[in-house]
Amino acid sequence: MTVTTTSNRLKTLLSFRRGRFGQKITPYLFLTPFLAGFLVFMVYPLIYALNLSLYRKKLVGGTSFVGLDNYLKAFQDVNFWGGVRNVLVFGAMQIPVMLGFALLFALLLDGKLIRRQTIFRLGYFLPFAVPSVVAALIWGYFYGQSFGPIAQIATALHLKPPLFLTPTGIIPSIANIATWQYTGYNMLILFAALKGIPEELYEAARVDGASDLQIALKIRIPIIMPAIALTAIFSVIGTLQLFNEPNVMRTVAPTVLDSHFTPNIYVYNLAFANRQFDYSAAIAFTLALVTAVLSSLVLLAVYRREQS
Amino acid sequence: MTTQTRSHVRPNGSRSYSTTGKFSTYVFLFVCLGYFILPLFWLLISSTKTNAGLFNSFGFWFAKDFGLAQNLKDLFTYQDAAFIGWMKNTAIYAISAAVGSSLISALAGYAFSQYRFAGRSLLFGIVLASVFVPGTVFAIPLYLLISKTGLSGSLLAVILPSLISPFGVYLMRIYSEQAIPEELLDAARIDGAGEFRIFATIAFRLLLPGYVTVLLFAFVGAWNNYFLPLLVLGKSEVYPVTVGLAYWNSLAGQLSTHQILYPLIITGSVVGTLPVMILFLFLQRFWQNGLALGSIKG
Repeated sequence: MTVTTTSNRLKTLLSFRRGRFGQKITPYLFLTPFLAGFLVFMVYPLIYALNLSLYRKKLVGGTSFVGLDNYLKAFQDVNFWGGVRNVLVFGAMQIPVMLGFALLFALLLDGKLIRRQTIFRLGYFLPFAVPSVVAALIWGYFYGQSFGPIAQIATALHLKPPLFLTPTGIIPSIANIATWQYTGYNMLILFAALKGIPEELYEAARVDGASDLQIALKIRIPIIMPAIALTAIFSVIGTLQLFNEPNVMRTVAPTVLDSHFTPNIYVYNLAFANRQFDYSAAIAFTLALVTAVLSSLVLLAVYRREQS
Repeated sequence: MTTQTRSHVRPNGSRSYSTTGKFSTYVFLFVCLGYFILPLFWLLISSTKTNAGLFNSFGFWFAKDFGLAQNLKDLFTYQDAAFIGWMKNTAIYAISAAVGSSLISALAGYAFSQYRFAGRSLLFGIVLASVFVPGTVFAIPLYLLISKTGLSGSLLAVILPSLISPFGVYLMRIYSEQAIPEELLDAARIDGAGEFRIFATIAFRLLLPGYVTVLLFAFVGAWNNYFLPLLVLGKSEVYPVTVGLAYWNSLAGQLSTHQILYPLIITGSVVGTLPVMILFLFLQRFWQNGLALGSIKG
């Protein structure tokens, strides 16, 4: 009897010690697959690109170290800043519309007013499941004059079909595709945040006779501000990286969507059409810098508003 | 807003809404539903049309000739059945990215949430920061490195980078913090279970809902991916559906003799989108789960 107890005790003690030692290295073992991949596919490429951006390949004389020359060139590159301007115009137009509607839908569908909310929630979110290439194809045909339904309806009504793929029309047209794809996604994020608010919080205001609009503006929206900030920041990052939709639509609007219409399209064409990998890496880092500055500004703006 | 409603409070705290307010809200919501659904309805209708039907009939209704069967047959045989190959590649990319990255993310997220170790906050900070770095920054060097190693024509060029998902690690960490009580693990340790057995037999079961969420996100992300495969894949045999369809579309736009491709592109869009849509409709619960996770702590 006593022997088994002692041996049991010893076993517990031993396993405890093994456990504590195990606990020291286990987290690293659990992290190994991720960290190994992270190093190979993210950290190393980043360093490689940073190094690459400090060199320039010339037709004569080969590759030479040029320091920050590529960055100085990038800061004066009208093609790059023209692309940045395009995506900023796009974002200024698209992000408020998309997030405004996403918030409105989330508030309406979270309330007691609407029954059968699932139909709306699913329907609004459905375009998110569509690959952005397919979304760009669908809307590209919609905007087109050959078999686009919008032109068909206009012709049937004896109206002049609206032109979407003009220099002034192209940015709103692409903004519409992004809004179509991502409003439902952002709505669900905000909806989930609203669902997290305990109902007692605004029950009192309701009994005091506050209107739905007042409750939304004074209670529900301020509480979900962190979620709104999150959607805003991810939208800014996505906007600056705009590539898929304009790249797919280049076939329907080749003159309007030039080789530097967005910064990412410019990076892509510098690298693959011009084989200027070093300069395209510098442009990519400059874009990352612009992204970092803009997303911190958004964060600052949101929190400042929350404070006041 | 047109949707604002006049209302009064009932004694029990619930509200009765005026019929006009309610009606106008429903009208507004249904109009918006049309905006989101009609383009997909158009795509579905158009996939049943012949090339002539596309040009001669009204977009939102069927043409006289029902060409779906012929379109599907053409789609699956054109250019030596290239589309079937693209579907197969897409499935391979999506499944391996989903299974691989969710497992790797689960292990890492679990480690970040359940253990205290040197360098924990620094490492997690770096991982989190990488979520905000534009993908382009990685894409160009990744292309160069992949072509250096001779992987550019192989499926691995897309699969390997897609196994690493910092956002997945972030979600799994949050989920793990919520779902796994520390006392439970301590109890298992006192019983003498090893750390890996604890993970495999106890923790993983608790992590399963979060795991499925990350799996779904990774699957859809990889299925719909365009930028990375476009960059790193040189040969059309290894294209996924997205890159393949965009390629056909550029052919159709360049040469009028290639206009015959339009029915194929449209039918291919339907076939290429359907799997994700079905997955999303049937596994709704998990989407909502994940989005709630990302927003509450975010």
